[in-house]
Amino acid sequence: MKSKNSEPLFHIVKRKSMPMKNQMLVRLLAIAAAVIVCAIVTVITTGMNPLSVFVAVFEGAFGSARKIWITLQDTAILLIIALALTPAFNMKFWNIGGEGQVLIGGLGAAACMIELGDKIPDPLLVLLMFISSVGLGALWGAIPALFKAKWNTNETLATLMMNYIAIQIVAFFTIYWEVPKGSGKIGIINQTTNAGWLMQVGNKYMLTIIISVLVMVGTYIYLKYTKHGYEVSVVGESEMTARYAGIRSGVVIVRTMIISGALCGLVGLLLVGGIHHTITTTIAGGQGFTAVMVSWLAQFQPFAMAGAAFLIIFLSHGAAEISTSCGLNQSFGDIITGIILFFIIGCEFFIRYQLVFRSGAHVQMEITNVQTEVSDEQTEVTDTKLGVTTAQTEDSNGKEEANQ
Amino acid sequence: MKKFLSVLLICTMLVGLVGCTGGAKKSDSFKVGFIFLHDENSTYDLNFINAAKEACDLLGVEYILKTNIPEGQECYDAACELADAGCGVVFADSFGHEDYMIEAAKENPDVQFCHSTGTKAHTEGLSNYHNAFASIYEGRYLAGVAAGMKLNEMIANGEITEDQAKIGYIGAYTYAEVISGYSSFFLGARSECPSVTMDVTFTGSWYDETAEKEAATKLIDGGCVLISQHADSMGAPTACENAGVPDVSYNGSTVDACPNTFIVSSKINWTPYFTMAIKNTMEGKEIPTDYVGTIGTGSVELTDFGPAAAPGTAERVEEVKNNLIAGTTKVFDVATFTVDGAPLDSYMADVDTDPEYQGDHEVIVDGYFSESGAGFRSAPYFDVNIDGINLLDTAF
Repeated sequence: MKSKNSEPLFHIVKRKSMPMKNQMLVRLLAIAAAVIVCAIVTVITTGMNPLSVFVAVFEGAFGSARKIWITLQDTAILLIIALALTPAFNMKFWNIGGEGQVLIGGLGAAACMIELGDKIPDPLLVLLMFISSVGLGALWGAIPALFKAKWNTNETLATLMMNYIAIQIVAFFTIYWEVPKGSGKIGIINQTTNAGWLMQVGNKYMLTIIISVLVMVGTYIYLKYTKHGYEVSVVGESEMTARYAGIRSGVVIVRTMIISGALCGLVGLLLVGGIHHTITTTIAGGQGFTAVMVSWLAQFQPFAMAGAAFLIIFLSHGAAEISTSCGLNQSFGDIITGIILFFIIGCEFFIRYQLVFRSGAHVQMEITNVQTEVSDEQTEVTDTKLGVTTAQTEDSNGKEEANQ
Repeated sequence: MKKFLSVLLICTMLVGLVGCTGGAKKSDSFKVGFIFLHDENSTYDLNFINAAKEACDLLGVEYILKTNIPEGQECYDAACELADAGCGVVFADSFGHEDYMIEAAKENPDVQFCHSTGTKAHTEGLSNYHNAFASIYEGRYLAGVAAGMKLNEMIANGEITEDQAKIGYIGAYTYAEVISGYSSFFLGARSECPSVTMDVTFTGSWYDETAEKEAATKLIDGGCVLISQHADSMGAPTACENAGVPDVSYNGSTVDACPNTFIVSSKINWTPYFTMAIKNTMEGKEIPTDYVGTIGTGSVELTDFGPAAAPGTAERVEEVKNNLIAGTTKVFDVATFTVDGAPLDSYMADVDTDPEYQGDHEVIVDGYFSESGAGFRSAPYFDVNIDGINLLDTAF
């Protein structure tokens, strides 16, 4: 009797769909599991009460009115970048050049502020800043798109490399405009005159938040209800289909990347003109890359992106607060963030796929009651109640065949 | 996702409540806030962090430390958050924090903002914004004396000839703080070893371990027989230990990592300044607009000498130190250096920072360059390229 174990321990099977209720349950369980693992890690590595660490995380994001505003503002920035990347992603154009598109947009705004600061009226200056930020961002998006459309170059590499070009250009201008000479920093631009500083709506955080909501709604409408949005998804499905339907995919690719880059450029304007009032190579802070995760985590749904962006910012502010209020190194906060993200992203896998274990097959058999497998002159019958595979005797084998 | 969010928000609020009740038992003691560019992995920030804790423990006040705060709006946010949290004084440690500290100071007139290494307090005219520095050029001069004695020892042992006495120096940026540092170090070394020359290279970053290590290796390959640095990582000391080249480090002793090559390190001890500023605020007294700590006030220190130091170094350095305190030796005595072959009889330094870097104050006083001098400002403004120092690159 040969025992037959050629079937792997489990299969990964795509789920048809999971009811919303179950999806939420899985996510909640994932968060609960993440919290438990974080607590264990906290106790083992620091000996601290994990509750105090969790309290610190919430304090970091919501500890005071100012902290709540900053959390919302930072969420808004990350959200706009994620939204900017999304039309390209829908087209299956992997734009990982958000960082560079934001930076070069910021550089455009900074250039206007520094060179034209006190020479032209403020409204005109802000208009020029807007044009140069959005225009440069669009250009930075259009270049890899043109190469893709014309020569089918790899857009992932091209957009990635455009980041480094942008960083080096900004590094050059940082030294060109540095104050004082040799210090490697520009400092606040027009600190006394405030020329080119974007207007405040209510408080200094509100403008960014309002713009992010507008961009979110706009992106939703654009992708869902416009002809452009439809063309983007067709090109994403298949370029052949697009051609068959009379859509010129090259035009769609370039047009979509111009929009993508322009929105990133807008973020550069907000960062330089509205928030930091300076330009550094690190002003985008890696958010061009983080936004990729936000967009994916939200499955390219604009409104869900607000939630995903919020989650990431909440965790990063929390991580910073851990180092301040618990006296732990920043790395510890990053570990906690990593664990939580691991569970949250990991649970999406279980929502979309299921693991079918070898024994899992038996569960299905209970429904069909008896099932036989015939292979290489050997018939095996699975004992459904015990879940143990047993080989049958020649006699029962014959009976089985008779039954069939 | 929306439901998920709402659940998350509810959790947030619940834990927020717990947090609030937990935080209700706040003590009434005086609070002090500190903002650091990096964390304790940077020797520069570690030096500040240690001083912050020491000063607060000395005075028995509460402190909040914010690490890894970039030189952007984050600094303003952090400073305002510290003010919100009830801090009476807020300190920041990095040059690029200055503009954002000024913004925070304008918005919180009842809180004192103290910025180390900054240059603008004396021109901003804010009563609650202050700059501080220390006469670290004196410390570097003394470290230079130790380096010069090491070179003399190497010449006496026949390891190098007099002409080969070349020092390598790794600087971060090309502005006054760094120029003042390497010039004083060089003058200290030359006071002992007259034939010394120095190559200087720049990394364009305050903390870039790889770049600093590569720079040190480049200098050693270029014939430098002793290395010093003005950048904050362990890159240069490590490269020296690997190559067996004596090293004068900065911000604190590196003897543990470099037992064979460490000579000495100079550093600023910020405890006297922090203690003074906190105490003055608690007592309602004013903090000086520009504060310069000196060797005399304990603000400038040398660490213990490492095994690589030449015999007799401690005694000689002590002697020079006493001369500096007594004022009989001046680091930037114009008789000891030339610029383009000529003595520096007059120099208009850019004390009040402006975009054109125009000189605005005559700083040659009584035959010496008055660095961080009374009536000027605390941060260095010595930006002269003196003869004997060779700048390999000035890209930054």
